[in-house]
Amino acid sequence: MKDIGEFLIEKGLLITAFLSIIIILLIIIFIFSEGLPFMESYGFLKFIFGSIWDPSSGDYGVLPMIVGSLGITSLALVFAIPLSLLCAIYMAEIAPKTMRKILKPVIETLAGIPSVVYGFFGLIVLVPIMRIHFGGTGFSMFTASIILTVMILPTIISVSEDALRFIPHEYKEASLALGATHWQTIKNVIFPAAIPGIITAIILGMGRAIGETLAVIMVAGNVAQFPTTISDPVRALTSNIAIEMGYATGIHYSALFGTAIVLFIIIIILLVVANYFHYKKKITIGGGYL
Amino acid sequence: MDYRIEVEDLNVYFDEAHILKDISINIKKNRVTSLIGPSGCGKSTFIRTLNRMNDLIDSFKMTGTILLDGGDIYDPKVDVVDLRKKVGMVFQKPNPFPKSIFDNVAYGLRIHGIKDKDFIEKRVEDSLKEAALWDEVKEKLDKSAMGLSGGQQQRLCIARTIAVEPEVILMDEPCSALDPISTTKIEDLIHKLKEDFTIIIVTHNMQQATRVSKYTAFFLNGEIVESGLTDKLFIEPEDKRTEDYITGRFG
Repeated sequence: MKDIGEFLIEKGLLITAFLSIIIILLIIIFIFSEGLPFMESYGFLKFIFGSIWDPSSGDYGVLPMIVGSLGITSLALVFAIPLSLLCAIYMAEIAPKTMRKILKPVIETLAGIPSVVYGFFGLIVLVPIMRIHFGGTGFSMFTASIILTVMILPTIISVSEDALRFIPHEYKEASLALGATHWQTIKNVIFPAAIPGIITAIILGMGRAIGETLAVIMVAGNVAQFPTTISDPVRALTSNIAIEMGYATGIHYSALFGTAIVLFIIIIILLVVANYFHYKKKITIGGGYL
Repeated sequence: MDYRIEVEDLNVYFDEAHILKDISINIKKNRVTSLIGPSGCGKSTFIRTLNRMNDLIDSFKMTGTILLDGGDIYDPKVDVVDLRKKVGMVFQKPNPFPKSIFDNVAYGLRIHGIKDKDFIEKRVEDSLKEAALWDEVKEKLDKSAMGLSGGQQQRLCIARTIAVEPEVILMDEPCSALDPISTTKIEDLIHKLKEDFTIIIVTHNMQQATRVSKYTAFFLNGEIVESGLTDKLFIEPEDKRTEDYITGRFG
């Protein structure tokens, strides 16, 4: 009797574990089956490296959107990484306990605010400020990247703070006992040992940034063209799909699935690269033990 | 014979808990002093007071004086960083940094602002030789220290400590996580190191205390019951409790 119970529970867990994988696989198959035939007939290179997106005249080049997505995301990371790492170091090492107890839940709440709220804030507050100080319409790559920075800060702070705090206390004691100052200990021992976890934090932040749609649509201007400066409007890959899917039909509809494939592949590449560095760093600093 | 460390009426509290009670002891220069006693008797707390590692604990409070070469180490004017450079520490669990073997030993030199590469290389080699580890690691100085065995890691930690040339080395049960062969190597090392350093070692192992140290202090419930020459303390203890402990009646 007990054996049957064990058997059922094990198989049940197996099925639930596979279920999530199957759902993801089905979504991928669906996207590829809708988008790949179009990419094949239109031409892969023409699609990916085409610089004009104009469905009404049959031009489906996604390069401006690729540049837009990567531009917004990398700018956001440039702003967010130093800010969030310094904040994480403060919280993990320097802040008094009570301060940390206040900061941590506040930052985790920030991560839970819906993106439309950030987008709305950007639209009402940030866009006018940008218009006044940098000219143009205020809808720009720069504006979008600032909103994204605010959105990914909590993720990077929270995960890297955990990474810093889980560094064994023995490392810290060893360093201090050798006569290192607190800052030397943070800089030379605690931070380097936490790098694998910090890379994970950055990957998560990057994933959120490149996948973010709504807040970006609300402040980026969404013009499908190459930006020449950071105050030019841009359109992200995600925005391209969300804006046009409502009315697209036929080839246009398939082209949007093609856009999704491009986004999917970019994310996969970024994840593979980031995981490679994460793994490599783990090996080099831990000798395979960390 | 001069004293390196003089402790007078030391009382230590963590919040309300009275951990060390009226500790007075003098530690002689270039000798090994063992601290023995059952678990939780305050030995570790005591040596962590000597390099102010307890400062890291918020609830730590103390009264009394600790003099290092005649200077009060808890004087507000004392630079803790400077003190810890003079009073090195080897911990119970080997705790090398997740860095290369070379960088582990060079760490202390670098944080103290030494940039001269030749000097650092020389000092790393000398320290590893002094810690009797050089022959085992000279081919793989750039490999991670985490790949060494526990005994090698502990000798690396000793090398790292002596590289900054402290006056005193505190050892908090340095052999408790090690096998007998590694323990013998560390004990041999302690014999060699006392030429240059004043060593205070906390140990659970009474045979170890008799093997390595000239002086011994017996701690019980936060007090020093008896201290003096190791030979005397183990052969004809003055206090009944000392006798009970060293003959294995408790602890």
